[in-house]
Amino acid sequence: KVLYCGICHSDLHSIKNEWGNSKYPLVPGHEIVGKVTEVGSKVTRFKVGDRVGVGCMVGACHSCHNCANNLENYCPKVMFTYNSTYYDGTPTYGGYSDTMVANQHFVVLIPENLLLAASAPLLCAGITVYSPLKYFELDKPGLHVGVVGLGGLGHVAVKFAKAFGVKVTVISTSPWKKKEAIEQLGADSFLVSQDSDQMQAATGTMDGIIDTVSAVHPLLPLIGLLKFQGKLVMVGVPDKPLELPVYPLLVGRKIVTGSCIGGMKETQEMIDFAAKNNIAADIEVISMDYVNTAMDRLAKADIRYRFVIDIGNTLKPEDCAP
Amino acid sequence: ERERERERMAKSPEEEHPHKAFGWAARDTSGILSPFNFSRRENGDDDVTLKVLYCGVCHSDLHFLRNDWGFTKYPVVPGHEIVGVVTKIGENVKKFKVGDRVGVGVIVGSCKTCEACQQDLESYCTKRIFTYGSTYHDGTTTYGGYSDVVVADQRYVLRFPDNLPSDSGAPLLCAGITVYSAMKYYGMTEPGKHLGVVGLGGLGHVAVKFGKAFGLKVIVISTSPKKEAEAIGKLGAHSFLVSTDPEKMKAAQGTMDYIIDTVAAVHPLTPLLGLIKMNGKLISVGLPDKPLELSMFSLCIGRKLIGGSDFGGIKETQEMLDFCAKHNITSDIELIRMDCINTAMERLAKSDVRYRFVIDVANSLSQ
Repeated sequence: KVLYCGICHSDLHSIKNEWGNSKYPLVPGHEIVGKVTEVGSKVTRFKVGDRVGVGCMVGACHSCHNCANNLENYCPKVMFTYNSTYYDGTPTYGGYSDTMVANQHFVVLIPENLLLAASAPLLCAGITVYSPLKYFELDKPGLHVGVVGLGGLGHVAVKFAKAFGVKVTVISTSPWKKKEAIEQLGADSFLVSQDSDQMQAATGTMDGIIDTVSAVHPLLPLIGLLKFQGKLVMVGVPDKPLELPVYPLLVGRKIVTGSCIGGMKETQEMIDFAAKNNIAADIEVISMDYVNTAMDRLAKADIRYRFVIDIGNTLKPEDCAP
Repeated sequence: ERERERERMAKSPEEEHPHKAFGWAARDTSGILSPFNFSRRENGDDDVTLKVLYCGVCHSDLHFLRNDWGFTKYPVVPGHEIVGVVTKIGENVKKFKVGDRVGVGVIVGSCKTCEACQQDLESYCTKRIFTYGSTYHDGTTTYGGYSDVVVADQRYVLRFPDNLPSDSGAPLLCAGITVYSAMKYYGMTEPGKHLGVVGLGGLGHVAVKFGKAFGLKVIVISTSPKKEAEAIGKLGAHSFLVSTDPEKMKAAQGTMDYIIDTVAAVHPLTPLLGLIKMNGKLISVGLPDKPLELSMFSLCIGRKLIGGSDFGGIKETQEMLDFCAKHNITSDIELIRMDCINTAMERLAKSDVRYRFVIDVANSLSQ
């Protein structure tokens, strides 16, 4: 039974067919938390009443090299929680709904000490930033990591990075976010990306940068912030190609790379880490019928920092004429 | 110091140092080279003086001569793939003796104290001094290997192994180390893996040879179909992919573990990324003068990586030369006379060379 579902910016991209692959009708939602009401005979990890979550995927091939290495997110046949085709040929519908049925492999347990509503965004935003921080070794105490964009992904990236003992600088186009970034989220410093003096002063200071911004933006200033051999990790996915300046990569032996959500094993690891370190998303809980207004506000980044739909209490069955 | 500086500034290239030197230089953005009298410094305690035998013609020389990167100061004597014979050594020089065959590559100085220098990565020192076109510690301009004599700090001089020929070994000092360093740093050396080499020029053809020596399966990716026969028949590449053929590119999607991109012209990266497997790497060693277009989507969904690599430090350059001597790797060259250099540059601009011009300096550079 779905209790809460986070609103991911990907949901907005999908409903507007911005990636060109949307099939309607489309039920979005891949930051789903709820309670188990039924388990199949082979289910060993969960029992009725458990608090569980379902993230971005509900199926994979289970036979490829990636699946064998707990990297279902990189399986070429991965099935997404919504807007994909399931093994049985039917379309997948996501968590803006009252119930979910999912293969146990793609379900995670939410520890008791995590507030359910605030843990929902971890299932996409959380794992999307946790995975590259670990994989690209930006989780070692004493390193300096930049986080570009202070939205759903960015604010969670700050929290995880701080929990790893990493120094965090937020890089943003919104100067008014500075106070919260530092006082509330615990960032060590804040750079306004259009302020060339500030950016210049921070040249060559970061071991890595997690770039969560999905709008088209210049990469050259970000590459300049990296130290020698630094890493720029793109997790936001602009829908148009960006321009990559090659010269600074060469002279600094730097890399630009990307990351896409995370595998199921790592997602559970991330949830457990969040529970242990009291990390959850900063959310605004809304009723189901507010969702279109929420989408308009999300398009303007008017949210601190994730909307979460109170499905359990506000999604009521209605006559729905198309 | 300022007084001395002013004196130096007032001196012509011929007068600023005590020892006469002769080379060919360009004096303006046309990049046309012609005879040039200048001078070399006194051989200091840490210096090695060498009589130049051969000098490779690197595409960077052409870019720099024509001020393509916007920071050229004329006159320019290019050349950073220099092989010669030691004629003089300073008091502190123990590694070399008169008569030794040596090489000088892309740099002749660095700060020696920064993190990069401490890790034998002088190539990445932010205060590195290029063999030509830079300002040396004494305030004078560095002049490169299109000349009869070079004086260099021993730290930046390479020992040329006995069985490595001077002429076809010269391009290893830039082209060679550039691809070798990239391939080693980014782990593109696991036997059996598939390496794509983009561009079959000075760097690309050496990358094919290194790839073979590392036991890799090498696929050459090129816009020039006419290079296929040689790529496979002569250089030993496993296969050849014409990048402008959409069908062939589609069929090759997700087949390569890594790609080394040697192309300096502007070209889209997204199609190349498509050729790479999951977690694969695209390493750029070419220097396009404009940013390249890249789709982030294709980067993210395969957790692929794009990295850059410049040339290598001195220690690694020596290691590379020794590796080449052991595996009989040299560059495929066209030996030219000094007075043909301008024609060679025109041909280089059209990629009309298999695969590096090398100037026979000792036999053709005359006053």
